[in-house]
Amino acid sequence: MSLSNEINYRVNTTIGKAALRAVRWQAERQASNRWKTDYLAPQLKIAPRTKELIGRHYLEGQYANANAHRKVAWATSGAPTEFLKAMDFYVLYPENHAAVCGTARRVEDISTEAENVGYSRDICSYARTDIGAMLSGKTPVGKLPKPDLLLACTNICQTVLLWYRVLAHHFNVPLIIIDTPFIYTETTDYAVAYVKRQMEEAVPIAEKVAGKKFDEKKFREITRLSKTASELWSQVMERGKHRPAPISVFDQFIQMAPIVEMRGEAYTVDFYADMLKEIDERIARGVGSVKEERKRLLWDNLPIWYRLRYLAEFLAERGVAIVASTYTNAWAELAPMFDPQNPFESGARTYLHPILNRGTGYKLETMKRMVKEFALDGAILHNDRSCKPYSIGQIDQRDRLLRDADGRGVPALLLEADHNDPRAFSEEQAATRLAAFVEMLE
Amino acid sequence: MTDIRALGIDVGSTTVKIVGVDAAGNLAWHLLEPAEPRVEDQVTRLLDIADREKSSDAKIPLVATGYGRGLVLQATRRVTEITCHARGVYRELRHGGTLVDIGGQDSKVIAIDPQGDVLDFAMNDKCAAGTGRFIENTARRMHVPLEQMGPVALATTAEVLISSTCTVFAESEVISLVAHGAAVEAILRGLHRSLIKRIVAMIRTVGLVSPLMLSGGVAQNPAIRKMLEEETGAPVILPQHPQLMGAYGAALMGL
Ligand code: SF4
Repeated sequence: MSLSNEINYRVNTTIGKAALRAVRWQAERQASNRWKTDYLAPQLKIAPRTKELIGRHYLEGQYANANAHRKVAWATSGAPTEFLKAMDFYVLYPENHAAVCGTARRVEDISTEAENVGYSRDICSYARTDIGAMLSGKTPVGKLPKPDLLLACTNICQTVLLWYRVLAHHFNVPLIIIDTPFIYTETTDYAVAYVKRQMEEAVPIAEKVAGKKFDEKKFREITRLSKTASELWSQVMERGKHRPAPISVFDQFIQMAPIVEMRGEAYTVDFYADMLKEIDERIARGVGSVKEERKRLLWDNLPIWYRLRYLAEFLAERGVAIVASTYTNAWAELAPMFDPQNPFESGARTYLHPILNRGTGYKLETMKRMVKEFALDGAILHNDRSCKPYSIGQIDQRDRLLRDADGRGVPALLLEADHNDPRAFSEEQAATRLAAFVEMLE
Repeated sequence: MTDIRALGIDVGSTTVKIVGVDAAGNLAWHLLEPAEPRVEDQVTRLLDIADREKSSDAKIPLVATGYGRGLVLQATRRVTEITCHARGVYRELRHGGTLVDIGGQDSKVIAIDPQGDVLDFAMNDKCAAGTGRFIENTARRMHVPLEQMGPVALATTAEVLISSTCTVFAESEVISLVAHGAAVEAILRGLHRSLIKRIVAMIRTVGLVSPLMLSGGVAQNPAIRKMLEEETGAPVILPQHPQLMGAYGAALMGL
């Protein structure tokens, strides 16, 4: 990279970062609030920092490869990106970008761009949003850097396989696919070996794109940081066991961006360490996320990004706190599997085990365990029109939760919606179901 | 003049019902009207009538339910139709079991335990399939009075299969069947069958505990009751005023 490019990059990102920091300072001073505080505790003090981190992440992306400064990889949320970071790739997660579009209520507009050229509304709304953004350039984050490399891992769904082929075709860049055999009950050594080999074989392809040698030492260090951040995130989840719960799952949805798109970074570790401190302070002061916590529930499946606040307030007003979720837990439960000394092998094992790559029985067991450990009164199963792998089996899972053989059955509600597409959400009907469900819990 | 101690109002999509109960929780007074577009005005008018009807001047609780419950600004409390129907029906029939409430634009299946508490419920999906609208639309289209739909369907044993579950598509399917010369009775029988099959699927998600109880406007349709019994093999029992059960339950919650 030339000196002028380097200067250009530094100047742009430095100014941008300073601006984002100023916004955070202001937000911290004003203790600006996302929620109605009649029923909910004020938002976490760390929240402005999350915003700043996300802003910085996209800012860096904007300038990353514009001047050939850094190479950019687009990756699926469950992809083993640690080895790419070891080659200094800037990694962008289109699913996160789509979620940002969701919270910014831009999906209808952006997704329509994809639908107009023929992508069906039955396709996952994340894919439609990102393809729409790709085709039109529309995005709430300024500008997305074009990828130099694509990495798709099938451990979350098969949609990504086809979606990333579309991306590869459109951008005309190499696509690495990591195929992770589905785990019905337990994984096998040969499945681990198979994934490990794919990761190893991906290295030279990425090296060629990066124009850099793969640094094994750096890979171990990044794996260590991913592990530490996941462990801290896992402790954040655990704190939900306190009564009243210091943070709700809605808080987790907002604060989870760094663990998904900035894992493997030292500042992500610091961020969650500080978040944990703040949560422990809340526990010490007896502060609950929901002021009058009377009932505690589980959330299954992705959030409904465009109605987070509505749902948080609706439930809090009725004394209901959502304190555990299979979704936010997905980035916590794999922490013990990472082994920095053995990054390829342990990475293969880790990335084979996301909840979406395991049988529906595993999710049921996870939910039952949560009901017990978090002392829950019921469960809301978001039946997500978009995410088929997450939603399949929910009818039976609901049934089994209700009629648990150990006699600890809890009421469970199937709530139809879509995680990103507001057109698949009917507020009036959702409100009636939720209200009736809460009345039933009383 | 009636001894009314609490009022319940059920603002549905097709009709608005208001019920007054006495101190013992008996259904003492009621009114039922087609829903008007301006809900607030209609509610105010009905409340004025109720005010003149009740014997004392004391202010009494008003509980609102139904999809328009949020528009009843005078309500002291708002409760969903699920809880209200369960409360009303349980109070009248004194039975746990499975309650099916088929309303104008949504249908519900509610599991009630022997103590009258709601254990579980299911509602129709985001569309009007499996609701009263399904029958209403066709009635209008075929110029058969709504009250006659059930009796006409029961007047024959022949039955035509209606495959669309979508209310709008079913309507066009019916039109094309008529054009092809199918008998109206057989079509209507098929139409009821299609609705009942949707309801039975909902009953299965909640689980059937005998007896089946019916509430909501569509409960008055004899074909619904008969076919529900045929399809499930369970006896179906009805309260005296199935359509008022939501408002009645709401009034009971006000006591
Ligand atoms: S289908 Fe589900 S797992 Fe796949 S991209 Fe969409 S939301 Fe993610």
